[in-house]
Amino acid sequence: MVLPPVVGGIALLTAFGRQGIVGQYLYDWFNVSLPFTRTAVVMAQVFVAMPFLVLAVEAAFRQSDRGLEDAARTMGASPSRVFFTIAIPAARPAIIAGLALAWARSLGEFGASITFAGSFPGRTQTLPMAVYELVSVDYRLSLVLSLVLIFISVAVLAAMRDRWMAGR
Amino acid sequence: MDGWPMSISLNGSVGRGEFERSFNFTVADGEVLAITGPNGSGKSTVIHTIAGLIQLRSGSLESDGAMWDASDSKVWVAPENRTCAVVFQDLRLFPHMNVISNVAYGLRARGVNKDEAIERSKKMLTRVGLSSFDKRLPNDLSGGERQRVALARALVLEPRLLLLDEPLSAVDSASRAALRELLPEVLGSFAGATILVTHDLGDVEAMATANISLN
Repeated sequence: MVLPPVVGGIALLTAFGRQGIVGQYLYDWFNVSLPFTRTAVVMAQVFVAMPFLVLAVEAAFRQSDRGLEDAARTMGASPSRVFFTIAIPAARPAIIAGLALAWARSLGEFGASITFAGSFPGRTQTLPMAVYELVSVDYRLSLVLSLVLIFISVAVLAAMRDRWMAGR
Repeated sequence: MDGWPMSISLNGSVGRGEFERSFNFTVADGEVLAITGPNGSGKSTVIHTIAGLIQLRSGSLESDGAMWDASDSKVWVAPENRTCAVVFQDLRLFPHMNVISNVAYGLRARGVNKDEAIERSKKMLTRVGLSSFDKRLPNDLSGGERQRVALARALVLEPRLLLLDEPLSAVDSASRAALRELLPEVLGSFAGATILVTHDLGDVEAMATANISLN
């Protein structure tokens, strides 16, 4: 979370670029090249946004009620059944909040995506990239796109307010 | 399940020595053995150890000649494979499941098909006086009603051994009186053996057929 996204993008390029540590084998063996593709956008956004999901879910599991899990065990449930029927449902609000937060974070993602996936309109260009490129070309259009992003951010904040107000 | 006495031999210690006692007791089917003692005397620990939620640090736990926990030989029967059911002091109903799902949970976990599990759970709920509560969530119930759900949830499993941990401590006095009437009645038609842990001698009088004291 503290890593600058651009650095994350460089890391992904180093790992999965055509000459990258993993990427060279992907290309040699499977003829797969990841950088500057839609898959690369998804990878970059997941890379940047995942910590938000992990933190939220981890905190929920840490606070989970061992008593309920113990009770389920005494009723004949195996550990995996306890996980899916007791632990996951108990963590559901946190999982949903973490997903929303991660999704919102990836929506605004710029640095890692542009480094690893580039900004090809219609292929890898995301809204923030479009805003950035349009500023000097079509200011009004970039303003409209910015408003869309602001609207989405406010909507996410509004939807999550109960959780954040109550949580901390 | 033809009426031989269930013998539990618990001999050892758990944790950092806060509980070090040796027990040998036999409960016959249909019998309710009360274990009494003041708060902090290790009553709940006995229940949790028998249920397999606490592992013995030393010593062993045997039930009906089968070793459930032996610290020296690494024998350990997981809680889900022990033939007992627990009503916890704090009930531990699953808050995200309605009443019928709470009661059917153990049957489903033990491989009973869904229709049969629901049907048996409904019958059990009727026996504890909660026939129209299927779809309610635990948080919408009164203390006494929650207690009945917890009881139904344990009994529906038809365990060899039923473990009741302070079954009446979480309810108000009005519900307690009602439950003190209901419990002996329900336990009367229960085929297995029961161990009742309580600090309340009124519970012992109302339900128990034998009593040992931790003191």
